[in-house]
Amino acid sequence: MIKIIIWTIAVVTVMGLVLALVLYLVAERFKVEEDPRIDLVEKAMPGANCGGCGFAGCRAFAESAVKAPNLDNHFCPVGGNDTMKNVAAILGYEVKAKAPEVAVVRCNGTCTARPRVNNYDGYPSCKVKAALYSGDTGCAFGCLGCGDCVAACQFGALSMDPETGLPVVDEEKCTGCGACSKACPKHIIELRPKGPRGMRVFVSCVNKDKGPVAKKACLNACIGCGICVKTCTHEAIVMENNIAYIDASKCKLCRECEAMCPTGAIHGVGFPKPLDKDAVKERIKKRKEAANE
Amino acid sequence: MSKHTFSIGGVHPHDSKISRECAIEKLPLAPTVYIQLSQHIGAPAKPVVAVGDKVKVGQVIAEPGGFVSAFIHSSVSGTVKSIAPRADLAGNPQMCIEITVEGDDWADGIDTSDTLITAIPEDNKAIIEKIRLGGVVGLGGATFPTHVKLSPPPGSKCDRVIINGCECEPYLTSDFRTLLEKGEQVVIGAAILKQVMGNVPCTIAIEENKPEAIAHINEVIGKLGYKGIDVMSMKMRYPQGGEKQLIDAVMHRQVGSGALPISVGAVVQNVATALAVYDAVQKNKPIVDNSVTVTGECFPHQANLLVRVGTPLRYIIDYLGGVPENAVKVISGGPMMGRAVANLDAATLKGTGALLFLTAEQTLRAPETNCIRCGKCADACPMGLEPFLLNRLAKADKLEDLEKNAVQDCIECGCCLYSCPAHIPLLDNIRMAKGAVLGAIRARAAAKK
Repeated sequence: MIKIIIWTIAVVTVMGLVLALVLYLVAERFKVEEDPRIDLVEKAMPGANCGGCGFAGCRAFAESAVKAPNLDNHFCPVGGNDTMKNVAAILGYEVKAKAPEVAVVRCNGTCTARPRVNNYDGYPSCKVKAALYSGDTGCAFGCLGCGDCVAACQFGALSMDPETGLPVVDEEKCTGCGACSKACPKHIIELRPKGPRGMRVFVSCVNKDKGPVAKKACLNACIGCGICVKTCTHEAIVMENNIAYIDASKCKLCRECEAMCPTGAIHGVGFPKPLDKDAVKERIKKRKEAANE
Repeated sequence: MSKHTFSIGGVHPHDSKISRECAIEKLPLAPTVYIQLSQHIGAPAKPVVAVGDKVKVGQVIAEPGGFVSAFIHSSVSGTVKSIAPRADLAGNPQMCIEITVEGDDWADGIDTSDTLITAIPEDNKAIIEKIRLGGVVGLGGATFPTHVKLSPPPGSKCDRVIINGCECEPYLTSDFRTLLEKGEQVVIGAAILKQVMGNVPCTIAIEENKPEAIAHINEVIGKLGYKGIDVMSMKMRYPQGGEKQLIDAVMHRQVGSGALPISVGAVVQNVATALAVYDAVQKNKPIVDNSVTVTGECFPHQANLLVRVGTPLRYIIDYLGGVPENAVKVISGGPMMGRAVANLDAATLKGTGALLFLTAEQTLRAPETNCIRCGKCADACPMGLEPFLLNRLAKADKLEDLEKNAVQDCIECGCCLYSCPAHIPLLDNIRMAKGAVLGAIRARAAAKK
């Protein structure tokens, strides 16, 4: 009996040693040389694997970044400039600081402004809903309200406001990874620069219908009247397909367009003081009079 | 009891053909019609009239926008009021020609009498041209231009023409009434299609829940004396009227993934299409109207109406006494494949076959529970797909795996959803994924070019 036990142990031990040796030799022979910097870069990344950079995850980003000749096409929106500085230090590249971005919901079709014209009782997903029809309000472009963006956000930065039926972005939590923007079938969520001290002006509507149609569907819609384009002295606003768009890089945050917009589709956020529309209108009027003289 | 049916999958919902006794009735003309420029598969038609033009019934108002496209004719006589986008059944803006109706003046050369013309012209090319000029599209639901279907690619040979009179969707009765009331015209239409495809045999497939239609068509074939046209009584099963399913049921041939029916020698046309072919070839009458079943248990004035293309839905419903109070949903088409109407101000299309009213109880969806791996959906799928798998892949956005598992073959019949005991919205997810996969395939093809 004892003999059997001893023999068993001996055979298994010898087998183990031999196989270990074989494995070691095979591993040595077929070793894959990997750039050690990949591991270092991956460690410097936030590790959220959110895909906001356009790569499958942090490791895929690291592999690509190590091979790339410069870091122009690589930016981690979650880690921001600090992370990119670390990555650049590891790889010996230079990196330009990028303005931090934030998700902006470009629809203000609240329940009161955009009345329901039918009830959706299908599967509660914006993607499914968008594939079926234009939505339960008169506006075929606006928020569908099923919260695909909320589900897509890994950072808990989005929530649905039950009162307005629209998603709300928590700017503290939003990393600008863009997952919500990709999840939205109506493309109403846009990544925009956060702006100086969080101040920014944007058109909160994506309705491409002509004025009367848009207005009928939603009180807060951009009706494409073009007053903002005429008002803007910085050429920051373009009008295309009956919808105004403010170029954040040209906007000087004067808020004149916001004051002049007849439907209130232009929103200014992050400003210390609320907008005094009358004062701004007065200012524009005076400027025009001066120009005429 | 008939044994002819397709070989895999399928379900058997109650047929609910409650409007089967209602004879087809002509709907009075609406004051305004809105004719959509994209009411067929393929490129939208291009308008050839301008605002302010006077048009007559049957006059061409839009030309095909490509090879796979169709002519569109005015369904009324009057003045073109506008050519502008208008919300369709799903609420999405579509280009429409709005015509104010003034009288009922038909264009020259259209035979509006009821005389039956049995002599079929001999020149097949001229017949196909007439079908093309008549704007005939498949009226079974897919609205594929018929002249394209009748011009098979070189090298392919047709062995049999199948006229689809299954009407396997519950509630729908417009094809049944057409068979009963216009049986002669349908049979002549079938004979024309048969001749065009090279005098091959022709089968008119009718489900056995319509014995009157089977008897009537048999009688008509005997009376008209056409050879090579027979009637096949089919076992009741949904989706028998699906093109690939019907070919399997009638010819015992399976159409491969992504292949066309002509690859196995079959051409399938709907009963209403056969009637439209008769009208276009024998009477020079383009598609200006089609029969629409208006039904539902909660709808008191069920009817089969002959409706001019572009008639607003609200006008049809008001004519029949308005939307019943307990109806919560209007569906364009049958309960299995039809789509909920989001906008009652939308107008009918050539392919609109039914308006179905459902109550809150009928449309109630049971809460979704977990998949118990029972495999009922896979058993029910008539295309032999695995809906439970496709559903999971769709949720995970795995487009490549979806394509490998042939999501693009899904015919959206809804058998999986109908049979699922866990009430998982299989079709909703699969349909969405199918759209994404088809988009990816198209993008790949475009990149290759």
